[in-house]
Amino acid sequence: MNRSRRLKLQIFRVIVLLVMGAFFLVPMGAMFEFSTRGNSATAPRTLEAWANIIKTPDLVDAIIASLELAAITSLAMLLLLLPTMVWVRLRLPRLNRIVEFLCLLPITIPAIALVVGLVEISRWIRINISDSILMLFLFYLVLVLPYSYRALDAGLAAIDIKTLSEAARSLGASWGIVILRVIVPNMSSAILNASVLAVAVVLGEYTFANLLAYVNLQVAIAYVGLTSATTSIAAALASLLFAFALLMILSFVGRPRRQRGVISAGKTLAPVQLVPAPPRTR
Amino acid sequence: MAAASVAGRGGVEVRLEDLRRSYAGVTALNGLSLTLAPGELVALLGPSGCGKTTAMRLVAGLEEANSGRVMFGGKDVTGLPASKRDVGMVFQAYSLFPHMTAGQNVEFGLSLHNVDGAERNKRVDEMLELVGLSGYANRYASQLSGGQQQRVALARALAIKPTVLLLDEPLSALDAKVRSRLRDEIRRVQLEAGVTTLFVTHDQEEALAIADRVGVMRAGQLEQLGSPTEIYTRPATPFVAEFVGLTNRIPGTVKFGMVEVRGMELPLVQRDVPTGPGIALVRPEAVSLASEGDSVPGPLIGTVIAVAFLGATSRVTVDLGDMIVMAQLPTAQASEHPAGTRVRLAIRPDPVLIARDEKAPPEV
Repeated sequence: MNRSRRLKLQIFRVIVLLVMGAFFLVPMGAMFEFSTRGNSATAPRTLEAWANIIKTPDLVDAIIASLELAAITSLAMLLLLLPTMVWVRLRLPRLNRIVEFLCLLPITIPAIALVVGLVEISRWIRINISDSILMLFLFYLVLVLPYSYRALDAGLAAIDIKTLSEAARSLGASWGIVILRVIVPNMSSAILNASVLAVAVVLGEYTFANLLAYVNLQVAIAYVGLTSATTSIAAALASLLFAFALLMILSFVGRPRRQRGVISAGKTLAPVQLVPAPPRTR
Repeated sequence: MAAASVAGRGGVEVRLEDLRRSYAGVTALNGLSLTLAPGELVALLGPSGCGKTTAMRLVAGLEEANSGRVMFGGKDVTGLPASKRDVGMVFQAYSLFPHMTAGQNVEFGLSLHNVDGAERNKRVDEMLELVGLSGYANRYASQLSGGQQQRVALARALAIKPTVLLLDEPLSALDAKVRSRLRDEIRRVQLEAGVTTLFVTHDQEEALAIADRVGVMRAGQLEQLGSPTEIYTRPATPFVAEFVGLTNRIPGTVKFGMVEVRGMELPLVQRDVPTGPGIALVRPEAVSLASEGDSVPGPLIGTVIAVAFLGATSRVTVDLGDMIVMAQLPTAQASEHPAGTRVRLAIRPDPVLIARDEKAPPEV
């Protein structure tokens, strides 16, 4: 590649970066600008709306509940999906397509339609098991399946799971040890990606919680918006920034310290890349 | 000695009794019976799909047989899962755990067998020394060559002091030079460890070079089991003769326990072949050449069309007009007959097998 072509490419990249950056940052900047307005057109800038976030108990409770839900949903998703996918790949490969279809199905059904179908189950759970908002994780599990399945599927495809598990089995490993000590460490990036996606989906979820009469973060923000528009916007921006920071921390903490390829029949494969977060399911 | 901790155990007898396995109606193993003596290395050789890998997987416990038994040292292990069978296995694909170093890979099985820390470290060092990789304990799989990875896999398999060692085409992913060196190394390590070993391969040279006995398989059954020399020089069936080593197929006529090919009479391995036309299977080493003008009498006269240099020997291909015959000669002799020269062929009167007049078995 000659020098001028390289320069043009570099300029193109910078322009794309600036445009995309503006696309994300301008609305956020506008939100910040709005959240710091005073009570009148001439009033000075104030951070009162931001201070109101922590002064609003319902909002704090909703933030905590959403974080707990994100953690529980991620964990439940991994416990459900990972052993199932490993088992299907190793022992029941004929079911692979069916499992894939079932996992991807929720993405094709609008959340509003899903929740209508789940109302009766939710009612039964509230009466017979628990009224806690944390029970929402059962429904969120369905919601995160398509995203998490894709991430885990990419991770499993990157390693020679059959040979590795057979090698471990021949050395005396039980299935639990095979999954925990051989498969999981070799697809840590994929597991992290699946978890990050699950967290992103749960933190942004509104429809399920609102229609099932639970108050999670997004529902609380909507409620606050009814009484104080600036506080609502401040909380929305804070939740965006918080989710962004959380996902960044997760992806840096969970990534292996040393980049290692995964060996499969003599080939070195690149580790699985982080996939972009899904849109907010509102 | 590095192998002492493994060698002390000695091998056990391994018996496969009438093993049968089919997949969706397709028979992979059709009543395989085989006994491996303690400490013996038996190679299962055969074309793709003959059932050799299935046999090994049944011994390892990675698959279940439809019927039949697997016995280790007189103990029936047929129903045991792979994790309880106490076998060490080296796979065709590189199977080191990528997130572990070579040392941690070797240590993996030991930790599952509750070997204590100090003993574990000692054993890891011993095993890596045994396979000649003492200084490589801290390297990851991605930092090792293919041959080194397979050696670590061998060390890992032997570290747990397995009852049986299973080698599933461990050399097939390697280049020719490394393959040959590692083959010798595997044999040395196996002899030092004294562990009963089943080696699966489709490479006849590998099987003949490494094994105490070779079992040639076809269509899920053992066609012949014998020493490498026996398999090569006294093949029991036409399939074995044609699968192991090169064979000339020369048409002739069978009568009175002999086969007549172009005026020469050769004795038969199996005397009960019915009279009539048949294909004599003649090894290239049994064919000798003389210049057409020499006084050696011989009814087979043709033209040399190619001479392939193989090192100490060369393979000379002769066109007889209606058929091609190969002769394997010392290179010095072969050089006397360059391509284009007319030669007379003579066939040493070794006992030969008669094949039916059909296509040769598929090449592997």
